[in-house]
This record gives sequence, structure tokens and C-alpha cells, in this order.
Amino acid sequence: MAIFQLDINNQKMEVDCAPDMPLLWCLRDELVMTGTKYGCGKALCGACTVHVDGEPVRSCSLPISSIENKKITTIEGVGMKTLHPVQKAWIEADVPQCGFCQSGQIMSAIALLNKTPNPTDDEIDAAMSGNICRCGTYVRIRKAIKSVAKNNL
Amino acid sequence: MENKDTKTSLFKLSRRDFVRLGAIGTSGLLLGVPIACSGEKHEMLLGKADAILAPNLFVSLSGTGEVTIFAHRSEMGTGIRTSLPLIIADEMEADWNKVKLVQAQGDAKYGDQNTDGSYSVRMFYQPMRIAGATIKTLLLQAAAEEWMVDVSECKAENHEVIHSSGKKFGFGYLAERASKLPIPEAANLMLKSPEDFKFITKKTSIYDLEDIVTGKAVYGLDVNIPEAKIAVIKRNPEAGAGIIDFDSKDALNIEGVSKIYQMEAGGFPLEFDKPVGGIVIIAKNTWTAIKARDAVKVNWKKGVNSNYSTNDFLAEMSQTAQKKGKAKRTQGNINEALKNADKIVKSDYLVPHFAHSPMETPCAVAHYKSDGSCEVWGPVQSPQWVRGAIAGALELPEEKVTVNVTLIGSAFGRKSKPDFMVEAALISKEINGPVKLLWTREDDIQHDFYHSICAQHLEIGIDQSNKVNSWLHRSIFPPIGGTTSVSEKEASIGELCMGVLDMPYEIENISCETNEAKTQIRIGWVRSVANINHGFAIGSILDEVAITRGVDPIENALELLGSDRNIDFDSLVDGFSNYNEKVEEFPCNTSRLRKVIETVKEKSNWGKTMPKGQGMGFAAHRSFLSYVACVVEVEVNDKKEIKIPMVHYVVDCGTAVNPDRIKAQFEGGASFGASLALKSEITVKNGAVEQENFNNYLVARITDAPYNTEVHIIESDEKPTGVGEPPIPPFIPALCNAIFQATGQRIRQLPIKLV
Repeated sequence: MAIFQLDINNQKMEVDCAPDMPLLWCLRDELVMTGTKYGCGKALCGACTVHVDGEPVRSCSLPISSIENKKITTIEGVGMKTLHPVQKAWIEADVPQCGFCQSGQIMSAIALLNKTPNPTDDEIDAAMSGNICRCGTYVRIRKAIKSVAKNNL
Repeated sequence: MENKDTKTSLFKLSRRDFVRLGAIGTSGLLLGVPIACSGEKHEMLLGKADAILAPNLFVSLSGTGEVTIFAHRSEMGTGIRTSLPLIIADEMEADWNKVKLVQAQGDAKYGDQNTDGSYSVRMFYQPMRIAGATIKTLLLQAAAEEWMVDVSECKAENHEVIHSSGKKFGFGYLAERASKLPIPEAANLMLKSPEDFKFITKKTSIYDLEDIVTGKAVYGLDVNIPEAKIAVIKRNPEAGAGIIDFDSKDALNIEGVSKIYQMEAGGFPLEFDKPVGGIVIIAKNTWTAIKARDAVKVNWKKGVNSNYSTNDFLAEMSQTAQKKGKAKRTQGNINEALKNADKIVKSDYLVPHFAHSPMETPCAVAHYKSDGSCEVWGPVQSPQWVRGAIAGALELPEEKVTVNVTLIGSAFGRKSKPDFMVEAALISKEINGPVKLLWTREDDIQHDFYHSICAQHLEIGIDQSNKVNSWLHRSIFPPIGGTTSVSEKEASIGELCMGVLDMPYEIENISCETNEAKTQIRIGWVRSVANINHGFAIGSILDEVAITRGVDPIENALELLGSDRNIDFDSLVDGFSNYNEKVEEFPCNTSRLRKVIETVKEKSNWGKTMPKGQGMGFAAHRSFLSYVACVVEVEVNDKKEIKIPMVHYVVDCGTAVNPDRIKAQFEGGASFGASLALKSEITVKNGAVEQENFNNYLVARITDAPYNTEVHIIESDEKPTGVGEPPIPPFIPALCNAIFQATGQRIRQLPIKLV
């Protein structure tokens, strides 16, 4: 056990946990921030995607000891005051079915659009293929990403 | 029959319910303060905040005008939590923005709550309309009394009752007076005409949409009980085989591990509502529990299925399918017809086990309390079954068990089985405190209730005049029933009525057969169940038949459908199962099937010229009482990679209550079908599942799923029928037929492997 200083959604937080605890379980169990989901535990499905210094990462496989002094953004941290354009696009396109994977999908999509405001289909595939949706909302995910891209032009 | 019971029992409200509704309806509002929007008595919009009109279990109205609707079915992504309440709101003429949904607990008073089998809207369309019309009728009467006018001069619109003179009352204002009126008989209610629908047949976004995109939506493990311990279970790779001994010394040395013990479980068959069991690890957080699980050493017993290997079993079932089986539907003389046929199209089709692998693994929160009651929270499709199963496992009366239903992170049939909820309740009792049980993805993939492995043999005879005159279909697969009883040794009639026995084509000589196949692993129902296998085989062989006959596949299907008719399956099949509905009420109507086929032909621009390496395939299938035709367009490159640029669906599901959610089910269904056809396969060796996570149990990603899916819904006033499962069965053969057109390779085994 050790104390770790974290910067999550622009807030300083302190947790006392095992150094190898993945960020996912730190968020969910220690900080009761449950918007980030467990799907596989092996960085295979993307349900746990968060941003570390703006990069999309799978929090299920990221030990807490590796992220001190880094800026972490979770689904709770985007669109805190008003909805993020990507969240708005998700609503507009009625993307979610069960919704469980959508926190991760949205975090991956935001990271993509931050870097590539007007992505091609191939760029969408590359950025989003790590995020599984078992309900199969992929057609609308692509549509929502493209609608944000259009507004970026 | 079930429908009738549901209707009569739903509208009785006990005193306790009334009080509870009252508390919910006014929560967060100033109690007892009359709020009026204007001093004019004919323009009152709101009434006393604590007034409550609750004429039935599903809907109530408070003096503030807030409508509370109990969503009694589980939300796993179909939109049902929105689509049933909107039916009430429509009949009631409520403002949807003033509707608050409360998820109902598991309780028999609500009638059927088993959200499974694509029947929620079918079963509850009428009861929801009655619930809404009842409250509207009371509000109209209350307004008429207050104005001292005839009720026929009043109409309800957008949360108000309006008199023909133009004066109006808000619903809230009328709640108190209406609550004193006798509840009208359902038979005397006037239901709306379809042309007056405001929500039904229009688009309504899901109630939880904003909560989902902001991460606030609550799924199973998001329920927060601060003192709850975390549990994971180490399980025998061969489910039901048991434990010789275990060593937990190293694991107990890990800081934060509080207890490790053996949960006893029965042997195989394990049933649906009994624990799988194993070594239970209790820890203060999930990570510690997972690490400790890895540190526990166990000597597993071998069980009755330790020789089960799917490779051998599939070969064995294939052999069985070559021999005459037990005929369950016979017309004409199949042997004679095949003997005299000019040509016979013969094919075998193999389908592996599949796992549900819902995005959210099974999980549960349970709190066994010192007063001998147990409260649980979880993503469950069948909360009443959970209640009964926990009551049985803990030896409690059902009244002592409270089942709270969270949002479900998809399910596809997995979470209709209460096993994981029972495990959590047993653990909570063992540790005498609240617990969260996580099934890791490995638990989920290795201990599912799998889709049944299946071998089929078909022979279709064509006579000298190029007409199809004989149809032999043998389907061999271990039954779901074998998961509960060793005496269930062959596919049930219900399972065979998912494609085999309800085959709709008008052919003179028919034999539909099955044979024994032993259930050697937990088998359950996965989205569209046996229709997956049968849709694949029938849709594929019809394409072969069309090509053999030299006829276009769509023309072939239309011709085989024969005359427009309601098929009298009751006289053709002993114990015919029509998705638990009477054949007279929900007939298999060939003209409706014809219509979806003709429409998909038009919408897909069927027959257009495709470039090299591309193809179009077609299939149609009736399941869960809905009619679906599908055309898939495929592209196969030199590396044998398969892309699906476009899918066209046409569906006739009767009245389309929430069309956008129906479209979403079909878009998602095509993706689910792409997983089954292209990616997924569970193999078993020596009783143990070989796959463990999404690294080797593959599912469709954005790159594999169809790029676009167009869904056309046939306009209809018929009774609503299923939409969750019907997209799957025709998609897979349509894809395989498209691949044949693109590559010349005929697919007879899933998942598809091109050579």
C-alpha cells in the first residue's frame, strides 16, 4: 500500500492503494467514479478508456504507480458544465442501446477528434477498433463522429 | 392465456402500493402547498402537491402534474424501458417531459417481468394502453364534473383537459378529484385510433440517453454500498465437476483479503438458477480479489463431462444427421419423392457453441441483513425468477427478498438466468454483510450458458419439371433442457419450432427430423436461439436450390411460398409452439412474408451488377412472430478479408411502437450476426472451454460490422411482434450467399473461414 497523488478531471485526489492497482479499479472502488466500466481487464475491449495527458488509454491495464503527475480525464470530466460536442452528437444520433460501452467509445472518439478534427473512415476505424460494442451501435458511432467532424470544418 | 391473466391481475392496487406511489410521486417537491398557475378556476394547471391519482400499478399522477410510470421490464439495450411507458403516455395524452420513470422491483404483482424472448411489447402493448386510457378517462370525468358539463365536451391533450369552449385544467389540478372517482372497467375504455398516436409509431429517444453519455447511468456494479466487500470466484474449468482440495495460504497473505472459502455447488446438470460455485475470495477491493484468486491453488475434480470435446462431438452429430431421425413434421412421402427426384440438393451445416459475452459481465450486489432479509441489485432480465431462486437458496420466504433491477449492460439472454445473483446472495449470507460479486470476462466466457452446437443435414428434391417437390431437414443439437435435467436428450418441439417445424414453404413432401444429442455443458438461449442454426441452413440451401434450378434466389423463395395463406401449423405439428401464442392470434401469414421479400428486392436494388470480388445475398425468416427479409452486400479482397458495406432489412413487426429503436435493433442485430458468422466460436476440450477473453473469443468490431444498415419497416396496424431477436436468423445466410456470389465459395460451417 502506498499513497498516490492523482490529478483527475482537474482535481487533486489522493488514494491509498497497492501500486499495481489498475487505474480502473482505483476509480471505481476507491474514488467511486463508476462512469468508467470494466469489460475485459486485459485492454481488449475499450470499455475502460480514459485520457492520460490527452491520450486514450485502457485504464484496466494501467497501474496507478505509472500515472502520478499526469492529467487524467474520465467520462465524468468531459462536459461537466455543458455537454461536450461528442456527447451532444451521441444524443443527436441516438447512438446508445444498452449504453455500457459508451463511456469508453466517447472517450476514444474525443481523443480522435482532438487530434484529427476531420477523420477519414480509415482513421475512425483505427481509433475506434479497440472499443467493442456488443449491441452493435457502430454505424451510429461513425455517424456521430462524422457529424462532429462536419461541425469542425 | 398469459395475456389475459396479465390484464386482470395488473390493475389491482394494494394499500401499500398506493402509499409507496404517493411517496415517489411527490418526492423533492413542496408537500401540501397548492400551486396554481392562475387565479381563474377554469385555468388551474396544478393542484395540491400531495394529491395522487394512482388507478393502477403502472402509472400515477401527482398534484404537481408529475407522472410516474413504473418500468417493469428490464432495460438491456432494446429501449423497452422507454417504449412501454411511452404507450401509457400516449393513451394518457401526457407530456413526455413530465414523465418520470421508476424501475420496478421484481414482484409478481406486475405480471410477467421476464424480459426475454422478444415479447415485451407484444405482451404489454394492450395493458399499457389500458393503463394510460384509464387515467385519462378519470381526468376527463373529473374535469367534466368540476365544469358541470358532459364529458363528451372534454378532450385531453398535452397534459391538459380542454373543454370545447376553450377553458382548460392541467392534469395536476385534476389529480385529487379524479382520485375519488371509481376506476372505469377496461372494457368500457375508448382507446386511441392509430392516426391520433403522438408517440406510438413515432420516434422517442431512450429515457436514459443523457445519463449514459455522461457516465451517470447505473449498471450492476455501479450500485454503491460503501461497506460492501468484493468477491470473485475461482471456478473449475469443467463446470459442475467439484473440488478435491485447495490451498489459500499465499492468497490470504495478500493485504486486504478477508476470507477464502469453498462454495458448494451441485454437479452437472447445474440448472439455470443454481451457483456454479468454486473457491470464493473476499477482499476489500476488486484488484486485491483478482490477485488473490490467482494465488489460490486448487485441485479440481474431474466430472461427468470431462471427455466432452466439441471437435469429436460435432463429427458425431454430423454422423447422426445422416441417418433417419425422429420425424416431428411429415407431409406426403419424403422417401418416394427423393427417390423419384430429378435432382437433389444435399448439404450439411455446422454451427459451434457461441457465448453471449454481454459487454457487462454478470455481476451482482447483495446484502443479507441481520433481520433475515436479503436485498439484491443487479442487471437481471428476470427479477421474479431471481427472487424465487434466492428465496430458495437462502431458505427465506419470497417476501424477505428484494430484487432491484439496474440497467443491464447488454445480455442477449445471459442475464435471464439467476445463477450469478444467487451466488452473490449466498456469499453475503456467508460473510454476514454486503458484497459485490464480479464475474471477470474469463468467468463469463468459460462459464456461460452457451448457444447449442448443431449439425444439420438437408436434402431438397427437384422434379423433372424443375419444381421443388421434397424437403428433408434433420437438425441435431443438445437441448437447453439438458441443462436442468438428464432426461432431456433431444431438441424440444419448442426449439425445433424455431425454423425447422415452422418452415413456411409450400412443398408436397416434407420430413423434419431430429435425434438424440447429449447436453454436456451449460446450454442456454442466445439472441434468436435455435433460429441461428436453422435460419443459416434454410437460407443457405435455398440459395443452392435456386442456383440448381437456374432461378433467381428471390424469385425462388417467392415461388416456394406458394399461395397466400395462414399456415395451419397446429394440424401439421404435434404440440406446435408459436412463441407461446395461439396460431389463430398470431398466424404465420405467407403474404406478410411475401411482402417483406418483395420490398427488400426493391429497396436493395436486387440484381444490380456487382464488381469482381463483391456479391449480394438474400434470405428471409419469420421468427418471434415477425417477418424479416435481408439482403447483404459483401466485398472480399485478395487476402480473403470480408467487408460488409451494406445491409438491407425489411421487417414487418406489426405496429411499430418506437421505430427508431426497432431500427437500432436491426442495425445491432446485423453486427451481432456478423460476430457469429465471421468471428465467434467456443470450443471445448476435455470438458473445459478453450477461449478466455476477447483475445480468442472474437466479436465484431467497428471494422468487421456492416458499414451501413438500412432498415425499412412495413407500415402495419397489426399487433406488435418481436424485434430484438428476428434480425439475426436471415442475416447470416444472406451474408453467406453474398460470399458465394463474390467468391464461389459455399459456406456450410460457422464461423466462416475462406480458403
